[in-house]
Amino acid sequence: MLVFERGREGRGLSLIPACDVELVMPEKSDKRKRALHLPELSESELCRHYTDLAKECYGVNDGFYPLGSCTMKYNPKINEDMAALPEFTEIHPLQPEHTVQGCLEVMKTAEEYLCEITGMKRMTFQPAAGAHGEFTGLLLIKAYHDSRGDKKRTKIIIPDSAHGTNPASAVMAGYSVVSIPSGEDGCVDLEKLREAAGDDVAGLMLTNPNTVGLFDKNILEITKIIHECGGQCYYDGANLNAVMGMVRPGDMGFDVIHLNLHKTFSTPHGGGGPGSGPVGCKEHLAEFLPSILVERGEKLSFVKPRNSIGEIKSFYGNFLIVVRALTYLMTLGREGVPQVSGNAVLNANYMMHKLKDCYTIAYDGVCMHEFVMSLSDLKKKSGVSAMDIAKGLLDNGIHPPTMYFPLIVDEALMVEPTETESKETLDEVIAVFKKLYKTAERDAGELHAAPVHTPVTRLDEVGAARHPVLKYEFSK
Amino acid sequence: MELREELLYSKSHEWVKEEGDEAIIGLTDYAQSELGDLVFVNLPEEGDEISMGESFADVESVKAVSDVYAPLSGTVCGVNEELLDAPEKINEAPYEAWFVRVKDITEKEELLSAGEYQAFVESGNE
Repeated sequence: MLVFERGREGRGLSLIPACDVELVMPEKSDKRKRALHLPELSESELCRHYTDLAKECYGVNDGFYPLGSCTMKYNPKINEDMAALPEFTEIHPLQPEHTVQGCLEVMKTAEEYLCEITGMKRMTFQPAAGAHGEFTGLLLIKAYHDSRGDKKRTKIIIPDSAHGTNPASAVMAGYSVVSIPSGEDGCVDLEKLREAAGDDVAGLMLTNPNTVGLFDKNILEITKIIHECGGQCYYDGANLNAVMGMVRPGDMGFDVIHLNLHKTFSTPHGGGGPGSGPVGCKEHLAEFLPSILVERGEKLSFVKPRNSIGEIKSFYGNFLIVVRALTYLMTLGREGVPQVSGNAVLNANYMMHKLKDCYTIAYDGVCMHEFVMSLSDLKKKSGVSAMDIAKGLLDNGIHPPTMYFPLIVDEALMVEPTETESKETLDEVIAVFKKLYKTAERDAGELHAAPVHTPVTRLDEVGAARHPVLKYEFSK
Repeated sequence: MELREELLYSKSHEWVKEEGDEAIIGLTDYAQSELGDLVFVNLPEEGDEISMGESFADVESVKAVSDVYAPLSGTVCGVNEELLDAPEKINEAPYEAWFVRVKDITEKEELLSAGEYQAFVESGNE
């Protein structure tokens, strides 16, 4: 039920403070022809409305959320305490620098820590999320080639296991995409990469570990091949949680990266976040970064890089998210950062090994922070698909893994448990996965009908895609 | 899996119907069933050149977007625009729901007969 459908005409509440400035009414000709449709509720109705909605939601505060490549880790509540400090909230983006030195210190310290973790020189916090970061990073690569008068580079190489945002961002930045296939081992096919490399290649976009949860053992060779043809290497930080504090993208040979603070650095993910996709780069790209960088001196100050690509977002990006991420890093400390990735990898391997006598693991061996199962055999045998197992998990109070991705694995379920789950939780979830497998073999119909214990049962996804209802129609 | 004896098939799951110097291309029944319910289709325009082995259209299901590959090279001389508003026709009747008509064909893949295509799909090597 929408908030507009609750309450009654003329009802209201006193949550909104009285107006404390002079009222100025617009000219009659500027006024609306009819009154706005605003909800008219009492405070108790309003409270119950949002409580009802909250009860129908599921997040990391409710339970296990192994959404592969999304790193749905628990968000420590101390992050919220820090982000709620009035010194961070009761300020205006146009305040003079000397009045917000604490905020600049947050941005600078976060930049320094994250550059240390990633092996980059400078970082911008403007991009609002991962794909926005990709776009920004590609504009840096473009600005770099252009500044050298190198205009013939029109292509970006992307492996077929990449997130869909990579090719989308490349096209948005004006490049054409060359997709290269993965080898039998799930990693980049070096021969195919060599064939694609040339003086028309602007760069490569790569996620490492990749979307099948494998660290590409040839990474140094890969970045060398690209650099030898004059291209730049872009690191998609989606899977940084597997290697944070262990190995640095800069040392792998990457020139520019994005991070997802809402994945790796425990800030809210989904439900409006907001996200944050800082972009870091090495020295030779730093002069092109978006306008706002913080410089240390007698006082902290904002500077604009010499050949900046300009504004990517208003002001300083989602600043309070940076406060949360810095809180997380300061809580973990130098020793805690590699422990996070170590435990993330351990948890994924534990689940994978416990499940592999039952489910087919797409790329067997040691995985990183996530692994991919293929339900292709189960589907052939019983008619139960990855989708049906996902729906069955919902009935057991578990958020499903990422489904039907990566595209190179048929009937894929991609599981990323993260480091913040206990062994007991993992054991419970493993038991549910096994129970569902047995159910599939015994009674496919039960899973085809799932979920039955959720606020809404199986949704008509095809109907929603073909005939989307995008706005609410008022009856009066 | 439904097949039509009179059609030819590609290993990337398109069917081809040759009509004199021209050919029409669509997606096989096997392809549509693997993709699931289609909700969107992107087609080329009349006059566009299509090249053998390269994508000339894409289809979107609730799972993913997939490329449709050209089994031959030539010039598009007809487009089944009805599919743009009703992609479900590809699921309902894959051999009636043609995508494009092509003329001035310059090259063509080695296409499979219905029997060969069936054997190819059943071998699981696709």
